[in-house]
Amino acid sequence: MSLTSHDIDRLAQLSRLQFDPPAAERLLGQLNGFFQIVEQMRAVDTSGVVPMAHPVDAMQGLTKAIADADELGVTLRLREDLVSEPNQREANQRSAPAVERGLFLVPKVIE
Amino acid sequence: MGDLHNKSVAQLAAMLKNKEVSAVEVATRFLARMGGNPHNAFLDIHSEVTLAQAQASDDKIAAGTAGPLEGVPIAHKDIFVTKDFVTTAGSKILQDYRSPFDATVVTRLRDAGMVTLGKLNCDEFAMGSANENSAYEAVTNPWNATRIPGGSSGGSAAAVAARLTPAATGTDTGGSIRQPAAFCGITGIKPTYGRASRYGMVAFASSLDQAGPMARSAEDCAWLLSAMCGPDLDRDSTSLNVAKEDFSLGLMQPLQGVRVGLPNEFFGEGLSGDVRRAIDAALKQLQTQGAKLVPIALPRTELSIPVYYIIAPAEASSNLSRFDGVKFGHRAKEFSDLADMYEKTRSEAFGDEVKRRIMIGAYVLSHGYYDAYYLQAQKIRRMIADDFQQAFSQCDVIAGPVAPTTAWKLGDKSDDPLANYLADIFTLPASLAGLPGMSLPVGFGENGMPVGMQLIGNYLQETKLLNVAHQYQLHTDHHLKTPGDVA
Repeated sequence: MSLTSHDIDRLAQLSRLQFDPPAAERLLGQLNGFFQIVEQMRAVDTSGVVPMAHPVDAMQGLTKAIADADELGVTLRLREDLVSEPNQREANQRSAPAVERGLFLVPKVIE
Repeated sequence: MGDLHNKSVAQLAAMLKNKEVSAVEVATRFLARMGGNPHNAFLDIHSEVTLAQAQASDDKIAAGTAGPLEGVPIAHKDIFVTKDFVTTAGSKILQDYRSPFDATVVTRLRDAGMVTLGKLNCDEFAMGSANENSAYEAVTNPWNATRIPGGSSGGSAAAVAARLTPAATGTDTGGSIRQPAAFCGITGIKPTYGRASRYGMVAFASSLDQAGPMARSAEDCAWLLSAMCGPDLDRDSTSLNVAKEDFSLGLMQPLQGVRVGLPNEFFGEGLSGDVRRAIDAALKQLQTQGAKLVPIALPRTELSIPVYYIIAPAEASSNLSRFDGVKFGHRAKEFSDLADMYEKTRSEAFGDEVKRRIMIGAYVLSHGYYDAYYLQAQKIRRMIADDFQQAFSQCDVIAGPVAPTTAWKLGDKSDDPLANYLADIFTLPASLAGLPGMSLPVGFGENGMPVGMQLIGNYLQETKLLNVAHQYQLHTDHHLKTPGDVA
C-alpha cells in the first residue's frame, strides 16, 4: 500500500508544514521507500502481545529497585500537585519572538 | 604540562586535587585548542563563562570543598539546555535560544565540579547518524576530515577525539552516543533508560532518549556517569527511583568466567569484513583474559529498524509540535494568519530530516493507521525486549559491532535517508528495550578509520559493561590512539 500526494497534503496540514510541489513529490518517494521496509513488520504475528509504551514497563518484575508503574506501563509516577516553580515570566519570555506587557503576541484570531 | 590536553578525566581530577595545575590553567589550555573551532565541533563558546567557572573551582579546591571532578572541563551536546550558553538543538528554529534553566545533567556535572567549555554540534533535534542534519553545517571526523563523525552526538565525539575537551555529554535515542563514539575512536556509554534525568534535554523521542558520557576510556566514563545519574523524581516522570551509584568501584573485577553473548544476527553478511576482523580480534582478547564466548540469538534485530523508525518519529511529531513560533525560537517574518504563521515558521526553520520524521509520525498516529503501525510497533518492541531477557539467561553481557561499517564519506548518504536508517541496525535493539549499551575502540578498518565494539548489558548493569571495557583497555591501547593532527 502506497501513500499518495493526497496523503502528503493531509499529513502536511496535520503537521503544520508546507511543501512546494517538487519537495512534496520528493517526500512522497522517500516515505514510500521507507514504508516498504515497514511491510515486514506488519506481517509479524503479535496476537496476545501487550504493547510496550515504555522501557520502565519492561523492567517491571525484573528488579525490585525499580519504581512502580501500572500494568500497561503507561501511567508513570506523578509528583505532588504543589507549586514548586517560582514565577520567572521575564526569563521565560526572553526568547519569545513577540512580547508586549508580559503577554505573548500572536496574529489576530477573532475578528 | 605541555600535554594537558592528552590527560584523561581521572588524571586531570588527580592533578587538580593535588594542585599540580589550576582549573584556570586547564580551562585556558582547552579554550586555546578550541580556537578556530576545529572540525566545526562547537556551536557556542563563551570563554569568560568558562574561566569564571574555573576560578570558582580553584576557590573550592583551595577551600577544601572540591567536588570529585572539580575543575575538569566538559562540553555539552547542544541538546542539553543551559542558562549561560545558547541552546539550538542543532536547529534554526532555536537559533539564539537562551534557556531560563540548566538541564539536570548539566547541573549535576557542575555540582561535581566540572567546568563547561561550551556547546557541541549535533544533528538537528538529535535526528541523524552522520551529523549532516545539523543546521549549522556538519562536523568533520578528526581521523579524516572528508568523513562523517557519526551522529547524532557527532560534535561530542569529534571534540573528545581531537582533544578539544577531555569529556562530553551525549544523548542516545537509537545509537547517538555509541555510533559516533565508534566512528571517532572514543568510549561512550548510554545507561539504562531512566538512569539519567531527561529534564532539560530537548525532547526527540521521550521513551527512548537517554543521556550519557563520552570520553576516552571506560574509567573516565565510569566517573562521569556516576556524577550524571541519580533520581530526579520531581522533574522527570521516567526517572528511575534507583539510588546513585559509584560505577568506578566495579572496574577491577577480572574477566574470568564472564559470559559474553554473541548474537548471530550481528555477524551476518551485512557486516563489512574490516569491522568484523577488528571485532573478532577484540573478542579473542576478551577470551584470553578469561571471558567465555557464548552464541546467542536476537531474532528480531532486523525488525528493530521499522519498529524504531515508527516509534521515534511518532513521539517526535508530538514533541516537536511545541515549536510554533509563539513562545520561543524563530518566527516567520511574513504570514497571513495564525495557521499560516505556524506553517511558515516550521517550514522555514525545520530541516528536511526533521520534516520527514514529523510527517512519518503524523501518518502512523493518524486515524486508520494507528493500530497497523504504531501499536504493532509497540508490540514488537516488547518482543524485542523479551528476546534480550532470553539472551541474558545465557550470558552476562552481549558483544558485537556498533555499526556495519566504519565512518563513511561526507555526502555519501546525505540524499538517502533510508541508507542512514539501515546503518543503525545494531544500536536500535538495545535502545528499544531501554538497556544500557556502550562503545569502545577496538582497532581500525581498511581505510584507517576507527572501529567500535558494542557491549550491551541487562537493566542497571552498567558496572558490568564498564568493568569488561576497562579490563579490555588495561590490556590494549586502542583507546590511547590519537588522530594524526593531535600533538
